[in-house]
Amino acid sequence: MIEITDVRKSFGDKHAVDGISFRVEEGEIMGFLGPNGAGKSTTLNIITGYLSADSGTVKIDGTDILADPLKAKKDIGFLPEIPPLYTEMTVMEYLSFVYDLKGCRLPRRQHLKEICEVVKIWDVSKRLIKNLSKGYRQRVGIAQALIGNPKVLIFDEPTIGLDPRQIIEIRNLIKMLGKEHTIILSTHILPEVQAVCDRIVVINKGRIVANEKTEDLINAVEGSRKLVAKIVGPEEEVLKALRGLGGMKSADVIGKRDTDSISYLLESQERVDIRKPLFFALAAKGWPLIGLEGVELSLEDVFIRLVGKGNEKTELKKSRKGGGNK
Amino acid sequence: MTAIYVRELKSYFLTPIGYIFCGVFLIVSGLAFAECTLLEQSVSSVGQYFVWMMVIFAVLLPLLTMKLFSEDRKSRTDQILLTSPVSVFGIVMGKYLAALTVFAVTLAVNSFNFVLLHVYGNPNTVSILMNVIGVFLLGAAFIAIGVFLSSLTENQLIAAVSAIGVNAAMLLISLVAGKVETTGLRTVLKWFSVIDRFTPFTNQMLDVSAIIYYVSLAAIFLFLTDRVIEKRRWA
Repeated sequence: MIEITDVRKSFGDKHAVDGISFRVEEGEIMGFLGPNGAGKSTTLNIITGYLSADSGTVKIDGTDILADPLKAKKDIGFLPEIPPLYTEMTVMEYLSFVYDLKGCRLPRRQHLKEICEVVKIWDVSKRLIKNLSKGYRQRVGIAQALIGNPKVLIFDEPTIGLDPRQIIEIRNLIKMLGKEHTIILSTHILPEVQAVCDRIVVINKGRIVANEKTEDLINAVEGSRKLVAKIVGPEEEVLKALRGLGGMKSADVIGKRDTDSISYLLESQERVDIRKPLFFALAAKGWPLIGLEGVELSLEDVFIRLVGKGNEKTELKKSRKGGGNK
Repeated sequence: MTAIYVRELKSYFLTPIGYIFCGVFLIVSGLAFAECTLLEQSVSSVGQYFVWMMVIFAVLLPLLTMKLFSEDRKSRTDQILLTSPVSVFGIVMGKYLAALTVFAVTLAVNSFNFVLLHVYGNPNTVSILMNVIGVFLLGAAFIAIGVFLSSLTENQLIAAVSAIGVNAAMLLISLVAGKVETTGLRTVLKWFSVIDRFTPFTNQMLDVSAIIYYVSLAAIFLFLTDRVIEKRRWA
């Protein structure tokens, strides 16, 4: 549905987008992830035809955005980073204007009412946009993108500046829209893509660093499973016993915070659950296991591994913090 | 294009700008009209009034055009225009025609003044009609200049002040040109002088070359506007 090939764009000598290619299949929700300034918005602006790329092609449903912009743009609904709202108009006036601007042919009143109900702005539809709160403005921005029922929806950081309840609402809305539309969702908020997207493209400094299914990406980076165990017992002997367990890849001391208990970082081999054997082994020796935390890599860790040149230390710190939340 | 035209037209009257333009235009031109015709005891001159009109246009028309592109750029609403299935030229024309419409309607209302002349005197209708056509064309060119300058900046004030400057320069240039000795330079300067081209209208002639002059002046600046916006996408 969306196909971009080797797109490049420079501003002066800064390469904002440096040879990005990817495809988004019909009905897919693609998460477009990257730190601030990675080139996300520039890429989206190129896909929607707001900016022109220095080189490379963008095809929407087979139509090149430069060769036939009017046809390609008809298929796109775009919510830019800052919702493009004419604040002196009422919500309905504005949506009606967008309806005309896009040359929409659907029955006007019914179509606009449906959209207002989907994004829950029907009750403010007669109010001036300048008097609306940030959350409502964002929704008017989403409503605007939905007009004409375009095949492709592109959202650039749609949940920025919203309160947690609104964020969840918008996410659910996007999930729902994903059933009928092809969506690109740009964000730097990781749980968002984890919750919503089928596939993730991660970019950094204008280049793609990962392009995979959401689960695959997490699995690929996670590899084996890690645990942090707090055990009371003599260090040397405990270590020896731990390393002797079947399926254990490594065991190391990572801290002695309490007076008698010691924390160990345990890494099992792939697809092996060592928690039960661990428990029985320790019980047999009479060493109490007073804490056991799973360190599942969150997308945040994946992200830092892909994007940052993070050394072991920061990774571990990050992992432990992630594990502690579970 | 129609959608943009309608929106811009509405927007003039959703914000105070449309009312201020119409109001100030009618008051100031009314004063000028009274001074040049009704209060003139011996020989009243409609011609003098139309010179005043040009000056009023030069100052007031930028009020209509200053926000057209600069505001869109500042509030990022240009993103919805440029990502919609509309050509850049369609956007430029939509905005231009909206400003032109407000101007034309105000000028039409203002022309009620001439009805009064018929009540109290015996004016030359053809002369007045030609002059009105002339100032309308001049205004249309000034609006195109304003549109162009608005596309260059995000700041409405800069757009307005620079447009007033350019308009005033184009009015004054004929005075300067008259004093230039070098024939070549004088010819070039006269080309830019919007007043010199106005003479046929004052002489009650519907001069095609004068009409083409004003229309092409407007067309050039609208074309440049289109280029400026198109170029920004490639920058």
